[in-house]
Amino acid sequence: MSSPIRVAFEKANKENRPALLTYTVAGDSNKKISLNILKRISDHVDICEIGFPHNTPIADGGQIQTSSYRAIKKGIKINDIFEIVKNYKKIKDAKPVILMGYYNMIYQYNENKFLRKCKESGVNGLIVVDLPWPENINFANKCKKNLVSFIQLLSPTTSLKRLKKIIKDSHDMIYYISMLSTTGGKLKVSPKQILSNYQRIKKIDNKKKCVIGFGITEKNIDKLKSADGIVCGSIICKEITKSITLGQNPVTNVSKLVKKLKKKII
Amino acid sequence: MILKKKVPLIDQHDKYGFWGGKFGGSYIPETLKKPIDDLTISFNKLRKNKIFLKKKNFYFKNYIGTPTRFIKLENLSEHLGGAQIWAKVVSDANGGAHKIYNATVHALICKSMGKKYIVGDTGAGYAGKMLSMAAKKFGLKCKIFMGAKDIKRQKPNCDAMRKNGAEIIPVTTGSQTLVDAVSECMRYWVSNCDTTHMCVGSTVGPNIFVKICGWSTSQISKELKIQIKNEFKKIPNKIKLINCVGGGSSAYGFWSEFIDFPKKQIELIGVEAGGPKKSKLHAAPLSKGAKLGVLHGAASYVCQNLEGQINETESISAGLDYPGVSPIHCFLKDTKRAIYTYATDEEALKAYKLVTKFESLNPSLEPSHAFAEAIKISPKLTRDTIVIVNSCGDAKKDRDILKMRLKTI
Ligand SMILES: Cc1ncc(COP(=O)(O)O)c(C=O)c1O
Repeated sequence: MSSPIRVAFEKANKENRPALLTYTVAGDSNKKISLNILKRISDHVDICEIGFPHNTPIADGGQIQTSSYRAIKKGIKINDIFEIVKNYKKIKDAKPVILMGYYNMIYQYNENKFLRKCKESGVNGLIVVDLPWPENINFANKCKKNLVSFIQLLSPTTSLKRLKKIIKDSHDMIYYISMLSTTGGKLKVSPKQILSNYQRIKKIDNKKKCVIGFGITEKNIDKLKSADGIVCGSIICKEITKSITLGQNPVTNVSKLVKKLKKKII
Repeated sequence: MILKKKVPLIDQHDKYGFWGGKFGGSYIPETLKKPIDDLTISFNKLRKNKIFLKKKNFYFKNYIGTPTRFIKLENLSEHLGGAQIWAKVVSDANGGAHKIYNATVHALICKSMGKKYIVGDTGAGYAGKMLSMAAKKFGLKCKIFMGAKDIKRQKPNCDAMRKNGAEIIPVTTGSQTLVDAVSECMRYWVSNCDTTHMCVGSTVGPNIFVKICGWSTSQISKELKIQIKNEFKKIPNKIKLINCVGGGSSAYGFWSEFIDFPKKQIELIGVEAGGPKKSKLHAAPLSKGAKLGVLHGAASYVCQNLEGQINETESISAGLDYPGVSPIHCFLKDTKRAIYTYATDEEALKAYKLVTKFESLNPSLEPSHAFAEAIKISPKLTRDTIVIVNSCGDAKKDRDILKMRLKTI
């Protein structure tokens, strides 16, 4: 049986475009708004990445930190996050959901309980920023058993030998980090270079769906559209911050932005 | 969980970097895997390389200044009327604290790996000051990440960093203290790991940083062992080694040569920061029973809430004001080789007052926590008990806080 994540990629592929993945932080700027954002962007998005915010995020830049702190300040709890997913999944044509965050929160919640909740609420995939391969092998297997895809990360610093091993152990989807950076950095490598690294990964296993993320904006997204998928995160978090500062509706503004991003890749 | 003998504690981890099967490891973003592997390979080679060791020993002797003094605190012992209280005056080291050992070693590693930039975190400002000194000495460009609150409360060390040509990057997120500085420094390294070497200021962080730091500070107990033998002809039967614990680098360095001794003979006592007496906040994960968690790339006991968010901490001592602690101290705690307790802000201040009244010693607020414990237990002990405190930092940096707070004690 094809997983929902795989189906999402196949659909985008049939439409001759990359899949669009968005990243928003659960509970930013509050529970209701973050759920409404998901509902409003859903038609334009292929997969929703949802961050579970941590207050010591060692791999996130300013924009996502701001979103995370905002959500934590509003008192967001892990159970709220599952509830947001569950409610989002109730809408017609809800897209696959990937949760993304740091290991300590999963560990404190309890791995098994976390995965059970994932399954119950309709989470399809999981990215754990600070649980690299091979340390993640056991947990990744547990995910698979619970029908949750564990998404392996690859970076420009990953050696070829390592790439091969990680890809072999990966599930439906892999995530290529475009450059040496935390999230939200300015793209400091050329799209051409990124795509050439991307090709190196695809050559190892063409069947695995590979998305590119970090540093993607309206200005550069079209140059990467030959990839299987593209992730936009910080730019969306920034839009939420901006909306709040200007006293505007983040739901409307984010949905406009996502439409704009989508247009650039069709 | 078993402590091995004759193997340095820093090497008693499994292939994934865990001590006792659960403390430490390397919980890092994929981007850092390669730089950390590279650093691990380099360090493993360098620590066996005769030329590197000669260089290290040369700088330890001629630049840091070894050995630091081992002195009896006659007046304080007399006053308290119990055990003999001694101090290992590690603040004699160049720069005024033990942080110089780790900083010097990191600068040497950075140079031998062909990197020109070095970055580091700091709380009390000593790790930053020492890294700026070592960077200057070895011609490296240096950035120091420091919480905005700490920049204010440890000004003398900031002045020193700037004088040495380092750039201080103020960190304004979270509680604006050491925990945030370490996070920001790691983030910077994620983005710049191709050109830049990172120094973690204590025995915390991903496995390799714990090892490098512990390897560097172990100089303290190597000296002390010789000094004890010279002083007492042999290792006495009742010794207590008391050290403050923030990340735990000075404590590990102070203890490493003595871990194999029976604990009846040499007791290891770590003193964490209990925070203000009236506050619920503290920085004492070991002695207040914090749960195992992951912080800054390693599993250790961490002050955190049920959801795994890291708790705010509070301590008068910027150097101890950290929610996590070294995995090797978690291991020493669970194997019961060391015991951990805490001193409050007020107890540390009182200890400072007493020590400086009786001795010509000026311990900073961090070791004042250790002195507080020594002062507490010594009167009840017999004359043949040798209590040794690591006076690992000089109080010049605490000038302003002491001026303000001593009046209230
Ligand atoms: C003088 C002094 N002592 C102790 C510490 C605490 O660190 P550690 O426990 O790693 O020795 C610091 C940290 O800044 C310090 O400056």
